[in-house]
Amino acid sequence: MTNDKGQVLNFATSKLQTLDICVIGGGPAGLEAGIIARRLGAKVMIIDDNPVLGGQLIKQTHKFFGSKAHYCGVRGVDIAGILSKEIKDLGFDVLHNATVVGYYDDDIIGVLQHDKLLSVKARAYIFATGASENMLAFDNADLPGVYGAGAVQTMMNVYGVVPGKRAVVIGSGNIGLIVPYQLLQAGVEVAAIIEIMDKVGGYYVHAAKIKRAGVPIILKHTIIQAQGRDCVAAALISKVDGEYECLPGTEKTIECDMILIAIGLSPLCELLYQAGCRIDYIPELGGHMPLHNEDMMTTQKNIFVCGDLACIEEASTAILEGKIAGAKAHEVLYGETKQGKEIAQQAKRELSIIRSSPFEQRIVSGLSRLKPH
Amino acid sequence: MDGYLKEHPILEFKRGKKVKFFFENREIEGYEGLPVAAALHAAGIKVLSFSERYNRPRGFFCAVGKCSSCLMEVDGRSNVMVCVELLKSGMKVRRQKGKSQKQ
Ligand SMILES: Cc1cc2nc3c(=O)[nH]c(=O)nc-3n(C[C@H](O)[C@H](O)[C@H](O)COP(=O)(O)OP(=O)(O)OC[C@H]3O[C@@H](n4cnc5c(N)ncnc54)[C@H](O)[C@@H]3O)c2cc1C
Ligand code: FES
Repeated sequence: MTNDKGQVLNFATSKLQTLDICVIGGGPAGLEAGIIARRLGAKVMIIDDNPVLGGQLIKQTHKFFGSKAHYCGVRGVDIAGILSKEIKDLGFDVLHNATVVGYYDDDIIGVLQHDKLLSVKARAYIFATGASENMLAFDNADLPGVYGAGAVQTMMNVYGVVPGKRAVVIGSGNIGLIVPYQLLQAGVEVAAIIEIMDKVGGYYVHAAKIKRAGVPIILKHTIIQAQGRDCVAAALISKVDGEYECLPGTEKTIECDMILIAIGLSPLCELLYQAGCRIDYIPELGGHMPLHNEDMMTTQKNIFVCGDLACIEEASTAILEGKIAGAKAHEVLYGETKQGKEIAQQAKRELSIIRSSPFEQRIVSGLSRLKPH
Repeated sequence: MDGYLKEHPILEFKRGKKVKFFFENREIEGYEGLPVAAALHAAGIKVLSFSERYNRPRGFFCAVGKCSSCLMEVDGRSNVMVCVELLKSGMKVRRQKGKSQKQ
């Protein structure tokens, strides 16, 4: 591995840093896990690869809704601010712009920060690395202008740059419904949202809002080609039959300079493979996932997971899972405390209330397949 | 500098200093501290590199440093993820061809 200046880096030059609990990922799940473990008295460090904390939250300008006490009505970007302030007040270590690049023997992790390679050894780890956007294969899918929907959201809401003037969005889950609405707010045209299923994937409120704004949601269609020479100039879509096969003769061209892919996320679990945690394929929860129990413990008893990494869901559930992971990681090191036990129990109760909604049936059936021990 | 959002109903953008940098020897302006990819797109540049075998144009995909779709040559170094590399005054940015050889 080399640094910015091309010099070869190795661990020999860096001092091993030791601590109780290391949290990897500074999104809502990791921040809450760190806060809880710290409040219970552990020596904690959070490592995140961005300059600011908050993970996905920093690009979310819409007001959150859903579960009662969980920041309902607050914008995602403001939730990130609230959690970051709490971390500052509690005063523990945060490594910014630092990427965890490997999990090695003796439970040591390698961290790349600017031109330094650091080594850290914690007695327990909480992984909260989140998820990355899925790509979709179609003709010319590599053409510039085919972007992840979350990527365009980052460009637009964090940096104030919109990489196009007219978008076609593929997928009508919540991301596929919210991002186009934010594009409209930024003055960008949205030609259509394309959905292969016979119904909208995301929440009704989001769908109603985008339809009211005049954006058509075209059901039972998929994209078959991106057109254009150097960059996207149009999307070719086609109707599909009951088996999701394209129906010849139904193709339509929609002019656009951006095609936004919003077909789902996959957990970022590479480091957990290295750590020896068992990973299984559970499509209901988002694909390859680390097996874990109700306490968010993986098949390695010093390694916990939470947030989108443990189940592609939402910020409120990520925060609740973070509370459980933080309390349980503390318990593994220091034994059970009354306060820790209460925090975990309360979070579990709130999770089961959220997951009892009919929208969450898929998640519940996926979770029932996670049986690690 | 037309590609930057000026008015937004919810957000306010705090931007750094305006600086000059070079794209393929051409001088462009951008805001210091924003990712290089954001500055290039604001200037209307979407093709960041060309693929190894078929020389196909490539742009960014994830914008958060996770997919390696945005590798460019920056100040003589190749394979720099420009979606997370922050812009500095005088930076020299070039489209990368394939894997490129530079350290
Ligand atoms: C468009 C959109 C709309 C949404 N709307 C809602 C909503 O209305 N309500 C709701 O509750 N939820 C919503 N969500 C979902 C919510 O944002 C996510 O479920 C939540 O952010 C997951 O939190 P997390 O902490 O698990 O992961 P993330 O927020 O993704 O954070 C993970 C962090 O870990 C970092 N990281 C990853 N790998 C490494 C590494 N190796 N080293 C160092 N750092 C690393 C990442 O860069 C990131 O900062 C929405 C999501 C999107 C994209
Ligand atoms: S666009 Fe994915 S790493 Fe830059």
